[in-house]
Formats: sequence, structure tokens, C-alpha cells
Amino acid sequence: MTDHPVSEADLQAYADGELPEERRAAVAAWLAAHPDDAERIESYRRLAQELRGAYHGVLDEPVPERLGRAVRASRARRAALVATWVALGAALGGIGGWELHSMQAPPAASGDVVAGLARRAAVAHAVYSPEVRYPVEVRADQEAHLVKWLSKRLGTQLRAPKLESVGYNLVGGRLLPGESGPVAHFMYQSERGTRVTLYVRSDMASTRSTAFRYALNGNVGVFYWVDSKLGYAISSGDISKEDLLNVANAAYQQLNPP
Amino acid sequence: MNEAQRLVDLIPRLRRYARALVGDRATADDLVQDTLERAWAKLHLYRRGTDLRAWLFTVMHNVHVNRVRAARATDTLEDEMPELAQRAPQGDALLVRDLDRAITRLPAEQRAVLLLVTLEEMSYEQVARTLGIPIGTVMSRLSRAREKLRAMMLGQGAAAKLKLVK
Repeated sequence: MTDHPVSEADLQAYADGELPEERRAAVAAWLAAHPDDAERIESYRRLAQELRGAYHGVLDEPVPERLGRAVRASRARRAALVATWVALGAALGGIGGWELHSMQAPPAASGDVVAGLARRAAVAHAVYSPEVRYPVEVRADQEAHLVKWLSKRLGTQLRAPKLESVGYNLVGGRLLPGESGPVAHFMYQSERGTRVTLYVRSDMASTRSTAFRYALNGNVGVFYWVDSKLGYAISSGDISKEDLLNVANAAYQQLNPP
Repeated sequence: MNEAQRLVDLIPRLRRYARALVGDRATADDLVQDTLERAWAKLHLYRRGTDLRAWLFTVMHNVHVNRVRAARATDTLEDEMPELAQRAPQGDALLVRDLDRAITRLPAEQRAVLLLVTLEEMSYEQVARTLGIPIGTVMSRLSRAREKLRAMMLGQGAAAKLKLVK
């Protein structure tokens, strides 16, 4: 055994403690007779130690919230949203049909339009709320710009309600295509990573104003209402109906002050 | 224990490896985030009872390769200097900075092997499985990486001495 020539692979493996027991003594003996190589192999070991030392601190750093959320939130949301997609499958077909119809004829009965508001809001929520990296087009640090931009596109002065009092911070917003024009979409997030979205359309003029209503589309709960030409819907798939109601109430009071 | 919790438990190790692999903290955490999202989406492909850490590092390796490829498509980088972004300062020790800088000068495939062996203390066989390469390739890359790193560190030492003499 001892007569086996010592290869470079043996030396590397020796440095990493990867060498089989029966070979180790032979390599150690060989190294004793070759001080230059012994020094080199020792430097490899030192290097490994230095590397571990240099990056050890990273293990003790607090994990950024967004990384824990990448698992936790996507787990909860994906599970919830699978059911939503199934449930929305039929509804989407309905919306498509209604859209074609609306191009040729005056808007259908307002009940359909209002129900369409909740369904569309649920779809928008299901599409955008699982996004971890790009949940919004414009982030909350440019809130003034965001609101101004969306207001301009929707042709009416909008507001992003402040929901801190009920535990939600604005993440930002985006512009979406609606049934007959642009839609504003605001996203909010809690400390726990749960998300709520506010869907606003400004083409509800032909519809009577309505009180607060609730619809469940798959696992996405939606509170929605119409105030003159504006239709609002607050959606979440992460939280209970009671918690969502609490958020929706806070938004409602700011958007429709008594 | 469920896989989601085990994924979460492995985050610090993913971050450590990513930091050494790409250098600056924000880019490293982006890599970890992409890895976790992909791992979560692909978790059904993970075979229960096998090494979750090795699987997760495989996912990270694939994500990393894709990211580097995407970055290359937009700017032309030399082979020897892949995705070398400006490194954020990483601690005060000169040694750490030098080591840190020297590692980013290694060709990407050698760097990955070296870090998995030294930082993650994976066996050669685990590294081979993680990176999807033969064990002989692991060993030759490791050997080249070490020699190159040693030469760089010696060079730096020599440069430092020259400065002092002057």
C-alpha cells in the first residue's frame, strides 16, 4: 500500500479530510519527506479556515424579512390561490363573454357590472399578490407620484388610503386594464407578510351607488362598493373575513367620508 | 419536520454561500430570494428523504448560472471575471477583503467547487451531485482553484512587502 504513488488528488483529499483511513498514513509519510508540498497542503487547510472565518458572520446575521417571506408567504398564498384559480376559471369565461357584449351594447344590468367588479378585483389580487420581487410598478416611496399618475390615467382624483392603523403599509401600485378602461391597483402589506389589494375603477357612472358588499371568489375574499362613478374593491386571500372587513372599513371611511 | 421549515432553516447557509459567490450583499440576497422562490415552486421535484441541502444548493447553482448568463447577454464580461460587481466593504480585516477579492477572480465553476468544499464542508461526492459534474472534475477544479488562490494571495503578500520596503 505504502508504495502507491501519491497523486495530486490524494493531496487535495488529504487537505479536506476526504482521504480513506487506510491511505492517510501513507500520504502523511510522503508529505514528511516533501516539505514543499507539505507546506502547500497546509496552506490549503489554512485557506479553508480563513474562508470559514471570513464568512462565518453571515450565519449570525438576522435573515432579511423578504427572504423568510419568500417561503412563508408564497406557501400560504399559493395554496390559497390554487383554489382561487379553479373557482375563477368559470367566472373568467363569464367576464370574457360580457366584455364582448359590452362593446356592442349599452352596459348590462348594474348587478352584473357590480359583480364583475368583485370578480375582476379577485383576479387582479390572485395575479399580483404572490409576486415577491415585482408586486407593484411604482413603489410606495414614490407615493405622491403614483397617486398623481393613476389619478391622471383614471381621469379622477384618487387617494391611496392610509391603513397603518389596521396594520397595513402601502407597498405601491400599478395600472391595470379594466373592462372599459384603466384601473388603479394599490397593494398593502402587513408585518406578517399578508397582503391586501385595493382595486379602483372609474367607469361605474351608469351604475347605482351601492353599500358595502362581500363576495368570495375561490379563496379571495372581496369587500366592494360603488360610489358614484368609482368602484372600489378590497381583496385578500391571506386573512379572515373579519380581518379583511376591518381593513375595508378603514379604507371605506377614508374614501367615502360621511 | 416539514420542508418549508427546513428551507427556512437553511437560509443562513444559502446567504453565506451566496455572499462568497457573488460578493455584494444585495446581489447575494437577490440570488437567495430567487433560489427560495424557485425551490418552493419546484419542491414537488425534491425527493423526500434525500439531502435537502444538496438539492437546495443545486437550485441555487442553476439560478446563479441563469442570472450570470442573463447578465452576460447585456454586457460583455471577460471569462475570468464573471459577474464581478463592485464589492461592498465586508469587514475591516485586510485579510478578509483580499480573500474576498481573490475569490471573485476565480473562474465561476472553480469558485463554486471551492466554496462548497471549504465553506459548506461538503464531501466531494456531495459537490459532484450538487453541481451535476463528475467527481474527477470536482477534484481538478478544486485543485486549480486552490493553486490560483494561493498564487494570488502570495502575490499580494509580495506586493505588500515591496510597498513596505519602498
